[in-house]
Amino acid sequence: MSLSARTTPAPEWTEQFAASDREIYRKTLLELAQRDQRIYCLDSDMGGLETSFQASLPGQYIDLGIAEANLMSVAAGCAKLGKIPFVNTMAAFASSRAYEQVKIDIAYNNLPVRIVATHGGLAAAYLGPTHHAQQDLAAMRALPNMTVMTPADAVETAKMVEAAAYLPGPVYIRLGRNRTDLVYHADYDFAVGRAVELRPGHDVTIVAAGSYPVLAAVAAHERLAALGITARVLNMHTLKPLDEAALVAAARETRGIVTVEDHSIIGGLGGAVAETLAERAPTLMRRVGIADAFCDHVGDHHHLIASYGVTPGHLTATVRELLNR
Amino acid sequence: MNDLATLQQTALRIREHVLAMAAGPVGAHVGGSLSAADILTVLYFHVLRVRPDDPHWDQRDYFILSKGHAGAGLYATLAERGFFPVDELATYARPGGRLLSHPTLKVPGVEFPTGSLGHGLSLGVGLALTTQLDRRTNRTFVLMGDGELQEGSVWEAAMAAPHFGLDNLVAIVDRNRLQISGRTEQRMRLEPLAERWQSFGWNVLTVNGHDIAALLAAFEQIPIQPMQPTLLLANTVKGQGVKFMADRKKSHYVTLTADLHRKALRELHEGAKR
Repeated sequence: MSLSARTTPAPEWTEQFAASDREIYRKTLLELAQRDQRIYCLDSDMGGLETSFQASLPGQYIDLGIAEANLMSVAAGCAKLGKIPFVNTMAAFASSRAYEQVKIDIAYNNLPVRIVATHGGLAAAYLGPTHHAQQDLAAMRALPNMTVMTPADAVETAKMVEAAAYLPGPVYIRLGRNRTDLVYHADYDFAVGRAVELRPGHDVTIVAAGSYPVLAAVAAHERLAALGITARVLNMHTLKPLDEAALVAAARETRGIVTVEDHSIIGGLGGAVAETLAERAPTLMRRVGIADAFCDHVGDHHHLIASYGVTPGHLTATVRELLNR
Repeated sequence: MNDLATLQQTALRIREHVLAMAAGPVGAHVGGSLSAADILTVLYFHVLRVRPDDPHWDQRDYFILSKGHAGAGLYATLAERGFFPVDELATYARPGGRLLSHPTLKVPGVEFPTGSLGHGLSLGVGLALTTQLDRRTNRTFVLMGDGELQEGSVWEAAMAAPHFGLDNLVAIVDRNRLQISGRTEQRMRLEPLAERWQSFGWNVLTVNGHDIAALLAAFEQIPIQPMQPTLLLANTVKGQGVKFMADRKKSHYVTLTADLHRKALRELHEGAKR
């Protein structure tokens, strides 16, 4: 494992990635598009892309307005004729309002449309259930041909967007909204579909996806270590194709698996891991994530997911309960 | 280029094929295939720049059957035009074949799989916008059903095409005034249809969708104005050509027995002689 997340970062490193996943994505997209004229930015009144992308590359920017169904089908048309469209909308709209267009016009045609959705999970926070996306990973994962990814931090966002640009089929990348602490304090080799072991461990494995869940998993690792429990932490940034080998190894080499995600515990990371392990390496499992309910209480993103147990404390307790110690 | 009589003969053969497909084990969407038959004939035998032996020719015009329910009509047209053997039409809806009720990419000449309504015009906007950006001369034609216009996504696309000045985009509405449950105007009013599209910024031509000479003349005028998309509002009759199906909502999906198939063919040929 090339990663050493505990390395003290150089000041210029933290400066370079001192931004939200969304800001780093937009910067990366512009750089990619400046190098490759086939890359287009398709906007749906997301705000900000007109002053960043459009101002720099007006010829590769198309605003479809507030019309997500049309946005997805237009992207399919562009991709069919050789463009590489990056579609910009919120996770809630990409995965529910425009889902049929994503299913038929993009996924069925296996076209290289890159759907980059912000406000994944409960990141929309105060905006409420209309803007929350606790089902998007489940929905996108169920579509044939679709690659589904969600980065842990700004560093991984940049690597993921670059890697996604030239995948042959459609891609769904789910971003949060706020700036979050960096998980990666050094460069590392990102590969689509290959989980990253952020911490070693042989007692239990915590499998996490997304920024707050990964940060909670890493913090839980430290707390458990203080209790004499070593928890392997896997960043499962790609939900499809899932890194089955890493999961089977974790199931065989540790005594149980705890998944943690900013998504319904139905059908997302927890669902994907459970499906795989039930068939290939049955093991004790616990799923931490959003309960099967709409979230209409008031709070910021961190507050909301903490209320569902996406915290180091709850993860630690869950691991101890699973290990019965 | 084909003369009027030849085009009329072609449209008649397309209707015969549709009836034969409806006589298969599971039937077919007959009404909407027959209402679109003359439009499809004029498009594929006069208007569209296509190469049946090279379906992906990069200079081609793009055609999207947004009303994917008329798959049988499209297959009959593509086969007559030489995209695949006419004999293959006998495999329509037969296990192991590639001719599903709604078109898929497995069928030569099909640009996009369709069937769920309200997608075609948006796909067309994507194609027309891209060819415009690349300064290519390909044109895009989208055939929609009138009932389909009740889908909201159609109006998202209707708003977008004039916004981008897509004079290389032609939408055609097969205005047969029937949907599965009855008259469009009773189920969900569409009128004033021409004015609605005009108000969105489209050039609208209204034409008798069964008058091949009139269809030819209408397509000659396109584009009417630079930087504006065109809508051809084609007034048609659902089940056109077969008296016992014409303008009947029951013609929407029909499974023809051998007797009904014979009767339908008889009426088709009687109508063609008049």
